[in-house]
Amino acid sequence: MSTAFEELTNRAAGRWQELTDGAEPWIRVGGGVSGQAAGSDEIFTSVLESLDRFDVSARVSRVGSLGLMYLEPIVDVTLPGGSRVFYGNVTKDIANQIIERHAGGGSPVTSRAFAFEGEKTGGLEGVPRLEDLPEFRAQVRIATRNCGRIDPYDILQYAAHGGYSALEKALFRMTPEQALDEVKASGLRGRGGAAFPTGVKWSFLAPSKAPDKYVLCNCEEGDPGAFNDKGILESDPHTLIEGMILNGYATNSNYGYVFIRHGHDIPIEATRHAVGQAYEHGLLGKNILGSGFSFDLEVALTGDSYVAGEETALMEAIEGKRSLPRYKPPFPAAAGLWQKPSNINNVKTLAYVPQIVFNGGKWFKSIGTESSAGTAIVCLTGHIKRPGMYEVPMGMSIREVLEQVGGGVSPGKRIKVLQTGGPLGGVLGDESFDVKIDFDEMSKAGAILGSGGIIVGNETVDVVDLIRALVAFNQYESCGKCFPCRLGNTHMLETLDRLCKYEAKPADLKLMDRIGESMKLGSLCGHGQLGYNPVASALKYFEEEFRVRLRVTQPEGKSTNGSMILPTRTRP
Amino acid sequence: MATTKAELGDSIRERVRCALKQQPQPTVTVLSSLLAVQDAIHYLPDEAIEETAGFCKASVNEVWSVASFYTNFRFTPPGAHVIEVCWGPSCHLAGAQGVLAAVQQELNLFREGETDDRRATLRYNTCLGACALAPVISIDHHLKGRITAGDAKDLAGGLLVD
Repeated sequence: MSTAFEELTNRAAGRWQELTDGAEPWIRVGGGVSGQAAGSDEIFTSVLESLDRFDVSARVSRVGSLGLMYLEPIVDVTLPGGSRVFYGNVTKDIANQIIERHAGGGSPVTSRAFAFEGEKTGGLEGVPRLEDLPEFRAQVRIATRNCGRIDPYDILQYAAHGGYSALEKALFRMTPEQALDEVKASGLRGRGGAAFPTGVKWSFLAPSKAPDKYVLCNCEEGDPGAFNDKGILESDPHTLIEGMILNGYATNSNYGYVFIRHGHDIPIEATRHAVGQAYEHGLLGKNILGSGFSFDLEVALTGDSYVAGEETALMEAIEGKRSLPRYKPPFPAAAGLWQKPSNINNVKTLAYVPQIVFNGGKWFKSIGTESSAGTAIVCLTGHIKRPGMYEVPMGMSIREVLEQVGGGVSPGKRIKVLQTGGPLGGVLGDESFDVKIDFDEMSKAGAILGSGGIIVGNETVDVVDLIRALVAFNQYESCGKCFPCRLGNTHMLETLDRLCKYEAKPADLKLMDRIGESMKLGSLCGHGQLGYNPVASALKYFEEEFRVRLRVTQPEGKSTNGSMILPTRTRP
Repeated sequence: MATTKAELGDSIRERVRCALKQQPQPTVTVLSSLLAVQDAIHYLPDEAIEETAGFCKASVNEVWSVASFYTNFRFTPPGAHVIEVCWGPSCHLAGAQGVLAAVQQELNLFREGETDDRRATLRYNTCLGACALAPVISIDHHLKGRITAGDAKDLAGGLLVD
């Protein structure tokens, strides 16, 4: 073991000991994008105020997200040597009680606690273990193992949980080829949507002898309903950084970019800070840990453009241009960023890599299904009891995930429609809910797992209106390069608008079908090729709802005129 | 003494130059430069386009092509406060249209842009990233989730008076 790494792990163990079993209680306040939206900034301030008021001394950290977004803001307290007790939906009053009675007085406020972790210490009657919560029991947390547990701004907390051990193992005990072989053996497939085998992709780049080769990480994540990439970056950015260095090592590349959408300040700041810390600790830069391998990494930002998440468009954006997709071939492994050989992977894909290298490809392959190894990091939103980010093994059915993890819909309602795989992914009806979460099974059912977003709609949802919202998104975000996409989406939106206003003609359904076919044939990237998916899938499962719009005139007593407030824009 | 337009232009130019020079990341491009300027002064005046062109050794046309493409860039100064309303599908199912309508009514502003008194800027956003807490709005870049139309009306109204 390199002495620099030994020193890091020793300091890390000391830090963790001090935090969990030091002189003071440790209070962690959930943060991240969802935390902020739930009011966690205000709760963080009131925790500090309460500590002052009750004259309690404690360490307070902002952590990322446990994934239990429905319980945000979450505050938890660990007394020295004691268990970690979680409080959800914390208000200022609850924060006050927690500080006074638990952090100050030593007895947990059981009526407000939703779970605990660690040894069961006194006064926790009736509080379940975190891992016994139904939404935790079904999870296998690999890429999200540290999320909500560690302070994303403290590299030592990451190292205390085995962080950078995979890098140390690869640099000192494996050749680049062996590291690549583990990724190949793991069966890992890309989590950004295309599900291409990661090891195969890397092996296109590895043999190139070019002096400048790039590995890129895609966190454009403009998909409404998906926030797992941001979730990993804001909760555990070092996992991604370690994955990227390993990607560089396995493919003999020495430069990386993490590409994030401008405006998502919380993950951007966390990642930038983590990159800086990794440099300070000699884990990035020249001669990493004295191994002779060098790797530089920086954060690049894009402006708002959904298509910038397409791999070649992303390269254009890093080069500072309009994010228009390029013609392929040449493929990125031959001529990518700045026309140099490049590899591009999603955040989730790379976040698995440290565990794969450390535990071996075989271990990862043993989780999930034959064709889809590992886990799926799903984001549940919409009409579901427990919206959040959950990491479940591949092979669970969608229904199991919705019921066991998501807690089902509100009582008295049933689930009617699911929207998966982002706005290009289309919708699923009831008969498809038993399909397994698995790239191939889902694709056979006509659905896309995509980046893992599952938006749930109950029986009150107007499917035609939902489809209009999806197509409106696609229209707004078309980059404009290919006219079948640019104009096709615009025409499709106009047609759906007529349907929603009960002004469409029967020929309009046929018209959409023809537009969709042209988009599929005449567009360069997935945005146009998949642009008809929302309408096609809705016609498959909910055709009657479209037909009704053709037969009936505006129902009496309907308060709206069927209009939707939208920004209208077509990129020139 | 009143400031002349030319002097005002010079001070903007100075702030733009400063933002361009202070970019921390190693790779500096037209896009990264425009983002840095927008972060610093919250819009892209003509001076920003010209200065970015000079700084990046690109033509004004090239800079405009980038600036006009990404939907986050604005070319007029924002109001005193910025309210963004998400209309993405998760928020849509949770009632974003009602939230948007309430904000529009309260601001008496039925498109993206500034109120007449320039106290508030309204923007539509395709995804603010906190879909589990839909519907989501953001006020001065601070997210607020689980918003009702009533909350949104109050928050938007608050921007006009404080």
